Amino acid sequence: MGAGECLQITGSNGAGKTSLLRTLSGLMYPEEGRVLWQGRSIRDDLRQFHADLAYIGHEPPLKIDFTAKENLRYWVGVRWRISRHEIDEALERVGASTWSDRPVRTLSAGQKRRVALAGLALMTVPVWLLDEPTTNLDKQGQMLVGTLIEEHLGRGGLVIAAIHHDLSVRATAGRRLELTRE
Amino acid sequence: MSDQIAHTSDAPANPASEGEGDRARHAAQGQLDTEGQRTARAATPLLTAAALSLARDLRLAFRKRGQLVQPLVFFAIVTTLFPLAISPELSRLRDVAPGVLWVAALLSSLLALEFLFRDDAHDGTLEQYALSGQSLTWLLFAKTVAHWLLTGLPLALMAPLAGLSLGVPAASVPGILASVAVGSVALSLVGSMGAALTLGVKRSGALLSLLTLPLAMPVLIFGARATELAIRGESFSAPLQLLGALAVLGVTLAPLATAAAVRVNLE
Repeated sequence: MGAGECLQITGSNGAGKTSLLRTLSGLMYPEEGRVLWQGRSIRDDLRQFHADLAYIGHEPPLKIDFTAKENLRYWVGVRWRISRHEIDEALERVGASTWSDRPVRTLSAGQKRRVALAGLALMTVPVWLLDEPTTNLDKQGQMLVGTLIEEHLGRGGLVIAAIHHDLSVRATAGRRLELTRE
Repeated sequence: MSDQIAHTSDAPANPASEGEGDRARHAAQGQLDTEGQRTARAATPLLTAAALSLARDLRLAFRKRGQLVQPLVFFAIVTTLFPLAISPELSRLRDVAPGVLWVAALLSSLLALEFLFRDDAHDGTLEQYALSGQSLTWLLFAKTVAHWLLTGLPLALMAPLAGLSLGVPAASVPGILASVAVGSVALSLVGSMGAALTLGVKRSGALLSLLTLPLAMPVLIFGARATELAIRGESFSAPLQLLGALAVLGVTLAPLATAAAVRVNLE
């Protein structure tokens, strides 16, 4: 895949979408073949590859006892130096500013997903691996995911997303991979 | 710079699926702007990342106070039940005090270990740590330090009080404090390996004990010996130094083993 491309991986439940994403991320070893990044196997320098990667799994990686702001501070802060102002901006961007001081345990699944999207927006990395990024999101939220992806592609990033519903990204940027169970 | 990602195959992504227009667009855009994106925000230095991991766990622990005090309450209950079960006679209690204190400290430490990585594994935090581009070893070591600060250190502070209730002389308090403090470092490190190995196991408590207890035996033996010598008023430096050596060995090896075990369990 090259700059500005989005690969949408589809397939029925259990087809292996998540396994493929986890393999691409380096969390799992492939049974055959290898994953290449910049022409080299990711296993050659896994940490460097991970420094270029953002992965959001099925569940947003949030601590329910922390607020949205605290979550972003620790989650993104482990990787990047971020200011409170940047966190506030990201939360405002995803429409989460009004409840960003509430513990995550009090948020709905869609609100948690938006907090995860704010984290994604703060990640300045070229590769996004997203596992069903629109799950639990309303129409507006789904459009927001599309916008964030479009912006990322426009900056020369690439996105690989496992999806059940089409992402609203421009047709020229989108490629598809359908997985089937043997 | 050649910025390409191929799927799980030796071959690059199928060029036939890519139209001429796309190729032209790629040529116009050039390769992925990896450097530009990386430099858009400064990366967190490793020690700062580890400090954040430590701060996060400490803050989280104070939000879940029940979980925090559970091992300490257990320690207090066990040490106060012994006089009821054995005898209120102080001379007899003093004889069994080293064993009571150390067995109670070991079991209390085990009780807290189950929670060391479990929640982080469930909510995807460990996955994010593994994919953070930071050293997983350091991030998990910071978590283990947080575990010691929240469990080992309070146990070390409580142990002399429990010892006094078992009739040990006040002069032995520094010895008890030092031995439990140093020994609990080794217990936390040994325990972190066990907790990481049993991450994928449901109701892992029994297996965790089975894995951890044999490795914790030297700590128990030298710790109880140091405490016994302190109670007798003799020099306890030899067993304390051995405890220190175990702690240093743990600091050297356990974080590496813990990180490897976590990676295996994330697969």
